[in-house]
Amino acid sequence: MRNASASASEDSRQGLSGWQAVDNRHARLPQSQDVVRNLEDGASRLKAVARGEWIPSEVHEELKHQDCVLEIESFSFWYGNKQALFDISMVIPRGKVTALIGPSGCGKSTLLRCINRMNDLIEGIRVSGDMRLNGRSIVGPSVDVIELRKRTGMVFQKPNPFPMSIFENVVYPLRIDGVSNRQVLNDVCQQSLRSAALWDEVKDRLRENALRLSGGQQQRLCIARAIAGSPDILLLDEPCSALDPLATNKIEELIYSLREEFTVVIVTHNMQQAARVSDYTALFYLGRLIEYGPTTAIFSKPHLAETESYVTGRFG
Amino acid sequence: MAILTEEPKSTLKASQRWPRSSGAAGASAARGEPLIWISGGALAVSLAMIGGLLVLVAYHAVRTFWSVPVIRVELRDGTIVMGEVTRYDRFKPDKMTLADLPEETRAAFEKTMQKDDGWVSRRLVRTGNYELTNEHFRWVAQPEVVPDSETRPEWALVLERMAWGRFYGFPEAMVIDDKVVANKPDEVWNAFQQHFPKVVEDRNEVRRLEKRTLGDINHDIEQSRLRLREVELKHGKQSSEYQKAQKAFDKEEARLTAEYEKVGKRIEDLREQMSRYLLKMKTADGVETDIKLADIVRAYPANKLTLAGKLQVYLSRIWEFLADEPREANSEGGVFPAIFGTVMMTLIMSLAVVPLGVLAALYLREYAKSGAMVSAVRIAINNLAGVPSIVFGVFGLGFFCYIVGGGIDHLFFEARLPSPTFGTGGILWASLTLALLTLPVVIVATEEALASVPNSMREGSYACGAGKWQTLRRVVLPQAMPGILTGTILAMARGAGEVAPLMLVGAVKLAPELPFDHRFPFIHLERSFMHLGFHIYDLGFQSQNSEAAKPMVYATTLLLIMVILVLNLSAIYLRNRLRKRFEVGSF
Repeated sequence: MRNASASASEDSRQGLSGWQAVDNRHARLPQSQDVVRNLEDGASRLKAVARGEWIPSEVHEELKHQDCVLEIESFSFWYGNKQALFDISMVIPRGKVTALIGPSGCGKSTLLRCINRMNDLIEGIRVSGDMRLNGRSIVGPSVDVIELRKRTGMVFQKPNPFPMSIFENVVYPLRIDGVSNRQVLNDVCQQSLRSAALWDEVKDRLRENALRLSGGQQQRLCIARAIAGSPDILLLDEPCSALDPLATNKIEELIYSLREEFTVVIVTHNMQQAARVSDYTALFYLGRLIEYGPTTAIFSKPHLAETESYVTGRFG
Repeated sequence: MAILTEEPKSTLKASQRWPRSSGAAGASAARGEPLIWISGGALAVSLAMIGGLLVLVAYHAVRTFWSVPVIRVELRDGTIVMGEVTRYDRFKPDKMTLADLPEETRAAFEKTMQKDDGWVSRRLVRTGNYELTNEHFRWVAQPEVVPDSETRPEWALVLERMAWGRFYGFPEAMVIDDKVVANKPDEVWNAFQQHFPKVVEDRNEVRRLEKRTLGDINHDIEQSRLRLREVELKHGKQSSEYQKAQKAFDKEEARLTAEYEKVGKRIEDLREQMSRYLLKMKTADGVETDIKLADIVRAYPANKLTLAGKLQVYLSRIWEFLADEPREANSEGGVFPAIFGTVMMTLIMSLAVVPLGVLAALYLREYAKSGAMVSAVRIAINNLAGVPSIVFGVFGLGFFCYIVGGGIDHLFFEARLPSPTFGTGGILWASLTLALLTLPVVIVATEEALASVPNSMREGSYACGAGKWQTLRRVVLPQAMPGILTGTILAMARGAGEVAPLMLVGAVKLAPELPFDHRFPFIHLERSFMHLGFHIYDLGFQSQNSEAAKPMVYATTLLLIMVILVLNLSAIYLRNRLRKRFEVGSF
């Protein structure tokens, strides 16, 4: 099993040096797509994946010509001996919302947490391949992780505001940078809260404890906190899974509006959500990127039968 | 329909698979009732034991200062006993005792014993007048008493004195400058009340002069002597510097000695002034004696007191207990130095143990890589909590007092050697010893508090680009603070009640000076101190007059519990305030 994947990743790395090489792979893809289309069963690819065989990712043409914030190249990830991501290669377009979908345990959250190196907190992890944020590699021990995290914002499944005032929560990234200019702090707080569509609700009680907000408000506060440091990329890890439908709705609207200002990567279980908020969608399965393309294409006319059966709810 | 038909079948199968328990036993076991009774009973027993202890202590402590009537009884052998009844008891006299008794008394004893199954009741009477009778207390068995001879004399006066304990007797006359100014009981009492406040004032002045003024002068002399010694150590006795210093010292000493004598003269005058006032008293069995007003702490006609009067005596005794210094080998007077020592020691201990314990726990929980080493350290810390406290005392004496303190003495206080400054027991060493003793409590509590901070908080902070220390300081520690303070409270309670190690590292029976006073540097960490816990031990087991000291043991115990309660309440108040501040406020 491992041999197969190892040889596969070797194969994909052959002659690859930089982004140009990845583009070559895109060119090669239609071939394999045809092969799979010929298979009679829509789940045959998935079965092949489950057997540990290497299956090329299906990446749509539209993604080739995008201006990218993040380039992921042959990225693999191990928790101890268990490999969680297999040879992922994809790009995250600038100023768009990219949704990562897939059944539980498919590695989408792991990939997200690799982008700001949150996985460094876990012992015994191992990576191979490369990721470049705005052209600079963010993989390897030489990267300043603190600096990287300041360039990325992250929002977690459960709202996790700090037990301090709303104001202090929002300006936390500035505080740890040592900013103490009152004017700057006030401006950033207001801007971030406005961007997070929370300003009108909390502008009169900025000094109040953030824990007194409702769940949805707390999550929007976390988004405000994540964007206060004006990150290059905003990572949302199932931001609505702990919220009620109304709060979910608000967050979705917010994500939609954030697109103009920020690049957003959102992990979600909810396919309707992915369809509503995202411009591009990537389907993961057992640590592999299966198909990646414009959201409309993924949900209406995907290249792969497996993708269709997933987005219509027939597996996963 | 299909489902409906299938259902009975499946239950049938289920019931066949295991025998269903039936009856009351099974039902109550299912509801968990036995456990409710067992756990509730355990709680009730615990509460009853703790409550019983507290009630016992409080009952005796509250009674201690209440004034009881003075009784006078005539015994069959002709002696007259007058005093306060402090205890009731029953005993079975053996044949030997009975055989020694005179005929008439024995008959009375036997009569009582026949009636009451061999039991005889007796009372412990505090008779006082130690200088005359050589005893403070006397047992009076009921058959010894001449029937109907018990009275409560109207003018029986109770005198609490600076020395020799209490005096019970009748006022005969008030004498000023060898002249009798009153000789009827009520006139004597009025005259006493008129002159006594002035005497008390003079006495307090004498005490102030002795303690404060003479103390200061002695201190100055000591300081200049030390300066001379320093010069001697530095330059040698032959040097010109020493000659010069010697001259300066002589001059200074002469000045201070003159001052000392002046104050001594003033004290002498005051003493003379006070000793003009005498109270002539007559005991119940007719012995006359003179008592100086200056020797009296408090006097009251016990049987004439109204409820208000009794309350006044009660409150004044409580005030004396709280605010005064002990006298009569600690069995009388107050415990203020002990209260002060306990509180100060506990505070210094907290100041030492909290930062140390919190930082140690931070490293253990947040920085150290978990593994065999960390587990070993953790087990060792937990075991440290089980080490007998006296062992800490021995360690404190050996390490802090002798090694560290001795080192400090050699480095900084050489002029005072061979008498040690830090090289002996003192409040600093006692506090540090107790800090060591309570360290496990703080470390364990802090670790738990840190562990209870949800990981999502840390992740949120890291995701904002915060470093480890920033995350700890801004997010984790504030959240853990209430838990840390709870640990501190526990440590304080444990430390404040600890006695055994203190006996080795600085708690003393009677400290001449408080560890805090008006002289620079105000806090004198090298001084030995008094401690309520040690005071209890001293009262209970080292006292000459153990019967009189017993109520004081209860009172001191109650006080110690109260002091710990107050310390804890203030720590809880602080915790709640901090909690509020960290919740709402900004850093």
